[in-house]
Amino acid sequence: MTFRIQEEARKESLLLNMGPSHPAMHGTTRIMLELDGEKILNAELEMGYLHRGFEKTCEHKTYFNLLPYTDRLNYVSPLINNCGYVMTLEKMLGIEPPERAQYIRVIMCEFSRVCDHLTALAALTMECGAFTVFLYKMKAREFIWDVMEQTTGVRMTTSYIRIGGVRADLHPDWRETTKKAIDETRKVLKDVSGLLDKNKIFLNRTRDIAVVSPEFAVNYGWTGPCLRSTGVYYDVRKAHPYLVYDKLDFEVPLGERGDNFDRYMVRMKEMEQSLRIVEQAMEKIPEPSSPSRLMAQGIEPSEAIKASRVKKVEDKIKLSPNLEGSEKEKYRDIMAESKGHIVPPKEDTYTNIEGLIKHFKFFMKDHGIRPPKGEVYFSVEGGSGELGYYIVSDGTDKPYRLHLRAPCLHIVSSLEEIIPGHYIADVIPTFGSMNMIGGELDR
Amino acid sequence: MEQKKVIEDLKKIFSEKIKEFSAQFGDETIVIEKDSLLDIVKFLKDKPYDFVMLLDLTCVDYKGQQDRFEMVYHLFSLSNNLRLRVKSRLPEKNPSIESLTSEWKNANWLEREVYDMFGIQFSGHPYLRRLFMYDGFEGHPLRKDYPLRKRQPKIQMRKEDDI
Amino acid sequence: MKGSFITTTFNSMLGWGRKYSLYQYPFITACCGMEYMSVACAHYDLDRFGMGWTRFSPRQADMMLVVGTITQKEAPVLKTVYDQITEPKWVVAFGACAVSGGIYDNYAVVQGIDKIIPVDVYIPGCPPRPETILDALIKLQEKVQKEGHEWRWSKKK
Repeated sequence: MTFRIQEEARKESLLLNMGPSHPAMHGTTRIMLELDGEKILNAELEMGYLHRGFEKTCEHKTYFNLLPYTDRLNYVSPLINNCGYVMTLEKMLGIEPPERAQYIRVIMCEFSRVCDHLTALAALTMECGAFTVFLYKMKAREFIWDVMEQTTGVRMTTSYIRIGGVRADLHPDWRETTKKAIDETRKVLKDVSGLLDKNKIFLNRTRDIAVVSPEFAVNYGWTGPCLRSTGVYYDVRKAHPYLVYDKLDFEVPLGERGDNFDRYMVRMKEMEQSLRIVEQAMEKIPEPSSPSRLMAQGIEPSEAIKASRVKKVEDKIKLSPNLEGSEKEKYRDIMAESKGHIVPPKEDTYTNIEGLIKHFKFFMKDHGIRPPKGEVYFSVEGGSGELGYYIVSDGTDKPYRLHLRAPCLHIVSSLEEIIPGHYIADVIPTFGSMNMIGGELDR
Repeated sequence: MEQKKVIEDLKKIFSEKIKEFSAQFGDETIVIEKDSLLDIVKFLKDKPYDFVMLLDLTCVDYKGQQDRFEMVYHLFSLSNNLRLRVKSRLPEKNPSIESLTSEWKNANWLEREVYDMFGIQFSGHPYLRRLFMYDGFEGHPLRKDYPLRKRQPKIQMRKEDDI
Repeated sequence: MKGSFITTTFNSMLGWGRKYSLYQYPFITACCGMEYMSVACAHYDLDRFGMGWTRFSPRQADMMLVVGTITQKEAPVLKTVYDQITEPKWVVAFGACAVSGGIYDNYAVVQGIDKIIPVDVYIPGCPPRPETILDALIKLQEKVQKEGHEWRWSKKK
């Protein structure tokens, strides 16, 4: 079957295929170009090589079980996808998490946003030839992943943000690790600025290439850093504030010309603003209502179960290390009070009958979270733009339809119109500055 | 410009074409006849309502009901900071609706996705082809009657004893 | 495999030379690519094992790392690239999706790349930790060392 570009091509021009397995394709997309020498006359993009059937799979899983699938959508900023899905459900169910949980969510989301921008710019500059910048930014990303690993246990795909709050409280040493991550990231950003901002080679490759006007961007449905680089002021955190963003003070950087260099600068400045948000959240976060306890203190679980048959157990129970941070006395800080929508703490599940019933009714088939019938749309500010979830519920424990508003799709679909008129070597920085993530584009 | 004023104006001018108004969970929604889509959209795009951005375009399959498919559009107004959801139902046999590519350019790929996943035709679309699935794939995966695990391999798989 | 002193010494020297200079072709598709990037960079270095060079052309590579999910649409591309790599070649399936389809069991995902091409080392994990990856690559090096040079007259199926 022929493509549009093959049907429309002139006889004397050359058709070039930048195939799905290509170092600069950020995963797998295929760009077909019609060339006259090195100048591009026409372009067509083929995607769908990473279509993993996310939306169809979600119709067969319960609301709680499909949380790991949302991690793997925008895999460079995984906690933001989690947050978006969970907040959509909370809007439907009418739950509000406690304040400490909201601050923890903000800290994790902003660190994910910094990881997203670091990876996007690292890939962009590596493809332009600046390999040093790639190595520096990956080093900074390791420190941020250390912060996430200390609290959640995993470096990337965490499933940490749960319905009603978060999975576990922050680690007792979180302040030192966070401070180290922020300092190292600031050092790296300063070095990279010095290397690239006034570099003649980088400016020649990115200044005044692929200039986009604000009307064009709005007509194509662009959001996020790419829209802000054209000069339009739209940030979901300021327009429809969610979590505790209205209490924190941060700026939204805007670009002027809408070329590749502006998209790069907007991302660099946004990273600095995100680190500012994390520092403010570190100061304003409410103290935990109970101090962190060593897991080895307390009575043995088997004794507690035996004692609970006679009367209610009041002593502390020795829990296993992977339940650290989610003990019963911490639940007030990290989970909302809600019937039937949250997992009860493990001490309750094993020692009294109400906890056992709640646990049973949460996990068994045909019980569980059952939102009211209807549909809802909610969006958060993702790494590339407005990440929206549209859920249709029919009253059962599985979603009837779940749709993701992927910000990358709108930005990448405009590549076919921006590229003609430039040279082949301009495709690489342009495509890199759009920050295409395969998991989100193809779902 | 407030959300209420937009709904009142729509009620006044398009009263016979809009079937239903609702606002569940705080999202304003209108359900319209499928033939009046372009008129309402052009009206909303002008000033002072200024719904200049098409946020999303998708479809839901209500199998078993009489009008099986429902198209859902999310519109957004940058200057007034307002969101609106526009819905329209389509029958099961030969579902088709007007394309929005003349108004918004990102409708091109979004409508291709809906065609690929549900099989809905868009009249006036310049290049209606599959977006996610490959040529030679039969069926439309997101419909409720397509089984989850029905695979149509593109190349031959190795035999069991070679693995 | 029996052999004389000369052939076994020759085999071990050939294995030593091959295992410390593997040129890799990373076929990156999805989330595991992030862990691959962090393994290849300064923190957990791949270069000290001799695998620092990523050759983005199949003709110049010895080893293909299939990183991430392979969908039905991508399968012919994978087979074409695998056929273009010159002998001797090794394949590493990186991540749960490449090993067996991962958490995706639906119409669009191939349940493991060993249904398409033969695989030498499987790395489980979603995504695998960098230490797991380094361990698996050391196992691959041991496998390369033990192979002789005669079987390569017949292609692997």
